[in-house]
Amino acid sequence: MRRAASLALGLALAGAGNATGISAAEIPPTEIPPAARRSGFDTMSPAIQAMQRDETANPGLLWVQEGEDLWAKAPAADRPACAGCHGAADASMRGVAARYPAYDVESGGAIDLQGRINACRRRHQGAPPFPYESGELLGLSAYVAAQSRGLPIVPPDDPHLAPAREAGRALFTRRMGQLGFSCAACHDDHPGRRLGAAPIPQGHPTGYPLYRLEWQGVGSVQRRLRNCMTGMRAEPFAYGAPEFVALERYLMDRASPLPIETPAVRP
Amino acid sequence: MARTLINVPKTAEAGAVVTIKTLISHPMETGFRPGADGRIMARDIITDFTCLYDGETVFRAELFPATAANPYLTFTLRATRTGTLSFVWRGDNGFAQTETATLTVT
Repeated sequence: MRRAASLALGLALAGAGNATGISAAEIPPTEIPPAARRSGFDTMSPAIQAMQRDETANPGLLWVQEGEDLWAKAPAADRPACAGCHGAADASMRGVAARYPAYDVESGGAIDLQGRINACRRRHQGAPPFPYESGELLGLSAYVAAQSRGLPIVPPDDPHLAPAREAGRALFTRRMGQLGFSCAACHDDHPGRRLGAAPIPQGHPTGYPLYRLEWQGVGSVQRRLRNCMTGMRAEPFAYGAPEFVALERYLMDRASPLPIETPAVRP
Repeated sequence: MARTLINVPKTAEAGAVVTIKTLISHPMETGFRPGADGRIMARDIITDFTCLYDGETVFRAELFPATAANPYLTFTLRATRTGTLSFVWRGDNGFAQTETATLTVT
């Protein structure tokens, strides 16, 4: 079984253009230095780049509009809206997406933006959490994240986040699934090359939630990670799993200091 | 009500060609895809888009199942007078939406 798996991996890597003859298990994870970090935006076609830049052509802004409405709307008559505590989002939420996932005292672990929005609903608004990948949760996350558009990702200097960072890094480099790939086997070792017809990006989550043409809609970084895991023939973690939050933390450290692009457009 | 993004220049010189951009949120369900239960999901698309300039049709498009979700339509027209641009989308299941914008000619 193990041999079959490594054979399959060898074939897959050969397809990705690896001709070094090193077995995949020996390739060390090599981190991309900050100056060499590139957003997936740079490798997109000029037409899709223009679509992301144009304030009237970027369909992600439809979700941002939805989030803007939800920000001002109280979930119940006697409960505050987001704006009731946080005020105007362009001031209070500026830079937030650039430092999330952050440490959450109440749960004693890392929490991402979607998790924070749902925690806020539960704790302060007395409302049920939005389901993952619902228009409401994506809209609010996109609206909050869009306030940081253009700001560089700044990893928070919080020692409480160390366990999440380490867990995320371990997950990023850990081989998983029937093909025995790890995230690092593509995104650290072969960015800029192709896997089949698809360019391999460095894998920086700079624009989430983003509009993916393939999805015909907006999705979260967790949806994207689940796609990748399915492609690796691994069993994806559930939405909201701590593994995903840890991975997001590591990915954001790894993407710093690229600017936030939310809502980005990707093919 | 579907969300829309419409870009019309606020002002234009008389006789100038202006670019109008419209985007509307719509699933554009083709009618060919099976859903989670294996059954074919019913078609739900926008079939017709019209732009009226003071009530006169200046641009019209028919849309079909191959059109992507959240259709984005951009076109040009000649600004001749100050007036109201109406954008009308019609589709399956009685979908109808009208948005308006004012074009001021200087």
